[in-house]
Amino acid sequence: MNSSMVIYEDEFRQIADICERLRRDTSAKAVFLIDKDGQLILATGQYAHLDTTALASLTAGNIAATGGLADLIGEREFSILFHEGEHDSLHISLVASQVILVVMFGEETSVGLVRLRVRKVNEELTKIVQELMQKAKNPGADSPFAEISDEDIDILFS
Amino acid sequence: MSFINYASREISCKIVYYGPGLCGKTTNLQYIYAKTNPEAKGKMISLATETDRTLFFDFLPLALGQIRGLKTRFQLYTVPGQVFYDASRKLILKGVDGVVFVADSQIDRLEANIESLDNLRSNLFEQGYDLDKLPYVIQYNKRDLPNVASVEELSELLNPNRVPEFSAVAPMGQGVFDTLKAVAKQVLVELRKGG
Repeated sequence: MNSSMVIYEDEFRQIADICERLRRDTSAKAVFLIDKDGQLILATGQYAHLDTTALASLTAGNIAATGGLADLIGEREFSILFHEGEHDSLHISLVASQVILVVMFGEETSVGLVRLRVRKVNEELTKIVQELMQKAKNPGADSPFAEISDEDIDILFS
Repeated sequence: MSFINYASREISCKIVYYGPGLCGKTTNLQYIYAKTNPEAKGKMISLATETDRTLFFDFLPLALGQIRGLKTRFQLYTVPGQVFYDASRKLILKGVDGVVFVADSQIDRLEANIESLDNLRSNLFEQGYDLDKLPYVIQYNKRDLPNVASVEELSELLNPNRVPEFSAVAPMGQGVFDTLKAVAKQVLVELRKGG
């Protein structure tokens, strides 16, 4: 039950390329990929001034809350959320019902273009995410924690 | 559900503080935040009402260091304790790796503790978890107040399976880090088993 989401380097690179392409094609400021439990998978673009850990957690909370709302009215999920700000806006969408794609964009582009491009990359990302989920179900390698000792754990708290 | 990123050599685990309203869940996180080195913690987020009651969750990211070259992060969440926020509590339990139940030691909160613990068990069950199989510790908070039940009594009532338990006075920090360490250790031991 308590299975992990695992990201490997190959998939990470593929996902990073797709997100960077999306950012360029939409002239967005930044693109983030976040797992549904609130862990940041990757960020690309101008994000150095942002607290990305908080952004990831709040986005996941947001998706979880709107998912609850969807359920209330008999929908499986709301796959797209859009938050419009005075200068910057957020386009948030679900990929394979498992990870969250966030595009942060300003006045240089339009929500229409972002939505169009997001829809295109969603298929590519879905494929990779589904492969990752499959891998996580049938892990080939042992847990990287299999070798750790009680001492290793104690050192963390010393 | 822990999250392992081999590209950035990071592992993240989610710990949820659960308990009845005003038992001190947020205070636990505030103390941890105040006493942790700046480089080891992120910003603490509290989604609270104007009267400082937790509305959705509090969130505190901690980076404890490395184990065998993997950066180990813990994300601490609290749930809103008030009974009517049950829908929010369920959402926050999704993907949980470890649970801290913060009990209010005051005699007149005994019922509220039992109700909240039942609620925890049933909300976890709905998500497909069994509390008896999760990393789990109990904290008896507010030990400094005058009208408290004895630890033995609380333990009898709330801890039939004898999971690790700690007495605490959260605003003073008593028991706060012991509680966190105990649950974090259990989470890591669970990961060692292969998750």
